[in-house]
Amino acid sequence: MNMTRRQMLVLLPAAAVAWESLLAGTPESSPNYEQTQHWWGMLIDIPKCIGCGNCVRACQSENDVPDGYFRTWVERYHVTDTNLANPEVISPDGGKHGFPAAVEDSGKYFFVPKMCNHCADSPCTQVCPVGATFVGPDGVVLVDQKYCLGCAYCVQACPYGCRYIHPTKRVADKCTLCYHRITKGLTTACCEACPTGARQLVDLKNPKDPIHAFLKTHAVQVLKPQMATGAKAFYNELDGSVR
Amino acid sequence: MSNFRDTGHLFRFAGIFVAAILIFLAIRGWLVPHTFGQYGHYRGAALNEIAAKPVHFAGHQSCETCHADIAEKKSSGKHASVHCEACHGPLAAHADDPSIQPAKIDTAVLCAQCHETSAAKPKGFPEVETASHSNGVSCETCHQPHSPALEAGGAQ
Repeated sequence: MNMTRRQMLVLLPAAAVAWESLLAGTPESSPNYEQTQHWWGMLIDIPKCIGCGNCVRACQSENDVPDGYFRTWVERYHVTDTNLANPEVISPDGGKHGFPAAVEDSGKYFFVPKMCNHCADSPCTQVCPVGATFVGPDGVVLVDQKYCLGCAYCVQACPYGCRYIHPTKRVADKCTLCYHRITKGLTTACCEACPTGARQLVDLKNPKDPIHAFLKTHAVQVLKPQMATGAKAFYNELDGSVR
Repeated sequence: MSNFRDTGHLFRFAGIFVAAILIFLAIRGWLVPHTFGQYGHYRGAALNEIAAKPVHFAGHQSCETCHADIAEKKSSGKHASVHCEACHGPLAAHADDPSIQPAKIDTAVLCAQCHETSAAKPKGFPEVETASHSNGVSCETCHQPHSPALEAGGAQ
């Protein structure tokens, strides 16, 4: 093939553009999902939680979470007037099979479901040395398991203890806020399975989401607000003894 | 004429320098994933990979398209806000292919998971001591799980 230097110079950028589009691959798998139109979080209504463990079981079957590891778990607090600063907390097998019966006494009991807080300023993503974990454009904290080295910096950095190293994949694993579900218009597995509505997926960018009215009219807190993580797991009527 | 003599070595050195930069860029382009930096300091393609995982809980909307009669019955009862898969378990496989039958539910275990008496449960939540409440008779003998109040269609 005969080609002048001029033709070559014209063709090179065209070839580069073609190569780029080839590398970009197929477009989004959920065509109707607009990442920038959402800012996801979770509302956890403490007075509604009965400690049945449905959310823990649902999460484990939806996300193939290995036994003994938890993307969400439920804690039971027992606070008496003598242990306010150091309450008794139990979570047998993450609350997966419920809790032992409690007897009425002078103290109070309540359940606290825990999970990734999907922090807007998440400490876990900031320490990742390779950019394998990140806050997505829709506010969900995710792990790119193909890119993760398994160094576990993020496991140590999470103030809420929400990450673990997967025992067989040897990479960081955590709650994805059921990203494969919410991008298809479904709610998370834990919310779907919660019998009392104690867990609600919320979209802070959706002006019609009932969360906006709820936040105005209820005593809602986040865990460890002093750490300024921008946590988006909102707890209604959270007791002051919860850590 | 020229202030410099023997400038050839400068051009040779510059050539090596340019070649080194090109080799660096080529290796970098090959090693760094194409979508890295698309949204931030991470691989943009990871978002779609995570979103493509299979769903196990079909969601109550999907159940109600076929089981409208149950949804109707449930909507007037105490379990109106309890979604189907809270009791029946993940059934996306059944929703995709109705010939796959869901597993039978053991009400003695299932009902007690929520309704067994415990002082830890919120006040007002219906609780029973299963051992003394039914004397071993299974729950659905008296209570219809889709509308559990006795007057609302129980066998009693």
